[in-house]
Amino acid sequence: MIDFETPVLKEYPIIPLIQPGAMAHSKPYVAKQDLQEKIGFPGELIDDWQEVAIKKMGELVSKSRALMVFLDTCVKCGACTDKCHYFLGTADPYNMPVARQDLFRDVYRRYFTFAGKHFPKLVGAKDLDKDMLDLWYSYFHQCSQCRRCSVYCPFGIDTAEISMAAREILNTIGVGQKYCNEIIGKAQTIGNNLGLPEPALADTLEGLEEDIEEETGVKVRLPLDEKNADILLVTPSADFFAEPHVDGLIGYAKVFHAAGLSWTLSSHASEASNFGLFIGSYDNMQKISMRIRDAALELGVKRIVFGECGHAWRVAYNFLNTLAGPFDFLDQNYPIPQNISEVTYDLIQRNALTLDKSANDDKVLTFHDSCNVARGSRMGDVAGGQFIIPREIIKATCNHFYDMADDTIKEATFCCGGGGGLLTDDLVELRVKGALPRMEALKQVVDNHGVTHMVAICAICKSQFSKVMPYYGFEMDQVISLHQLVGNAIVLNRSE
Amino acid sequence: MSIELDGKSYETDEEGYLVNMGDWNDALASAMAREDGAELDSNHWEVINFLRDYYEEYQIAPAVRVLTKAIGKRMGKEKGTSKYLYELFPYGPAKQACKYAGLPKPTGCV
Ligand code: SF4
Ligand code: SF4
Repeated sequence: MIDFETPVLKEYPIIPLIQPGAMAHSKPYVAKQDLQEKIGFPGELIDDWQEVAIKKMGELVSKSRALMVFLDTCVKCGACTDKCHYFLGTADPYNMPVARQDLFRDVYRRYFTFAGKHFPKLVGAKDLDKDMLDLWYSYFHQCSQCRRCSVYCPFGIDTAEISMAAREILNTIGVGQKYCNEIIGKAQTIGNNLGLPEPALADTLEGLEEDIEEETGVKVRLPLDEKNADILLVTPSADFFAEPHVDGLIGYAKVFHAAGLSWTLSSHASEASNFGLFIGSYDNMQKISMRIRDAALELGVKRIVFGECGHAWRVAYNFLNTLAGPFDFLDQNYPIPQNISEVTYDLIQRNALTLDKSANDDKVLTFHDSCNVARGSRMGDVAGGQFIIPREIIKATCNHFYDMADDTIKEATFCCGGGGGLLTDDLVELRVKGALPRMEALKQVVDNHGVTHMVAICAICKSQFSKVMPYYGFEMDQVISLHQLVGNAIVLNRSE
Repeated sequence: MSIELDGKSYETDEEGYLVNMGDWNDALASAMAREDGAELDSNHWEVINFLRDYYEEYQIAPAVRVLTKAIGKRMGKEKGTSKYLYELFPYGPAKQACKYAGLPKPTGCV
């Protein structure tokens, strides 16, 4: 373990003085040959890497008009510089969004613009040499692709897109990140990020059914691979495995039970998460998504519902139809796909659930908006539904709720610090420091309103917070799942 | 990377997990714990042995709930909590205990 100092929580957020090179040592483990080849990339840095990388860059820019505009339009106004949680937590100037973009942009200008080709020094264009490659590997793995910076940029320049493109280029020349690529491999062969095979999943679900019955006296089922169920629930595999995720899963099951909905999980598509997004790889994203389509067809379901996961919802909401559609075999009266929070909210609106708020009276809640839900997708059918729906569910299931400061929530939400494929132990220093802005905002509501728990709707956020909160003097179990609140409050009919 | 014990060297990955599960034995588990500055007592072994049994049956480490329930059954209800497991394995029961048990590290959003 590397030694590092946890930042001190201040009363007011302060923009740090820059410390060049403060995070230059931060690099995730590189994927070994077998992991790389398994997902279609060269096993190690190829000989003609420079040539191939530049060719790939040209391809990506010509395919994506957005990327080209992002690279061409920055006017260096500086509005984004202090908007990144990694910059605020580490003070490393390369973690200013514009500086991160420039690592890519300077190379782009060198090879793809007239001035850069002929007068590179004059326009600050740079060669893609080994030093630049190392900077890329380090700092494009210090971006969680949260898109907060883009909200403040007058041109909407999205560093997340640039960082995905950079990682795709790195993978194309054989330099991949171990954490992401190992997971992508498992999701494609076993069906989930954990590598949880069907018998283990079945055993785990059976155990949970016992727990619920013991606790409530009601037989609530967690069906697996049940043909002709109406709903296929696709949820992050962390929901089966980790805490506080599993309490969310129990909550979904209680909702389906109480509403009398027929549902099933699938052992073939036992993962909502899609790490293909983080490395910008369409092919890998598609392979993972296709498992969902195959499972839906095989089981003969009518609807697909996603469990609590931020980037999974981003991929599902924006791309599922393109990646794995058309879904003409599903019931067109429901959104395709639908989020579990939309399902629950809808039931609450229709008074179809009996909720006892006092079941959560031991808690004072706040809510962490996940970046990929807040800025990457929507929920419901009104603008801003992704902010309204989770908060309305909280208010319907508990009596004490306080939002954190305005510039840290909703569209301005800060990343948990572990998104974008950075949720790995080899990046723990970055994760702790990147959580600083969220921890500061949390501390404010803890001090001012006695908040005891922060609610999350993403598997990555939940794992990240339970890991980093103790560094800041909180307990790991102060982060909970939205559907844990629902599960606590829901009144189940015992006579069933 | 590797771990040395009694003049023999055993290959590990960057994070100290055994590459070949077949290399594992009790003494090696204790040696890995010592490298982290920990000493394994009978409570740790109870967890490690359960992990190995479970892995043998299911080819994966148990979910936290499965683990706490099993430990609660074997060692008494008050020990069947993740708080207790974190006291035994401060870096996380799933990850640290798997390492000493010679099992691969759980991957994913955990
Ligand atoms: S996308 Fe998020 S992590 Fe990346 S530079 Fe922008 S603010 Fe920072
Ligand atoms: S806010 Fe936009 S235009 Fe201004 S420096 Fe940042 S990326 Fe460039």
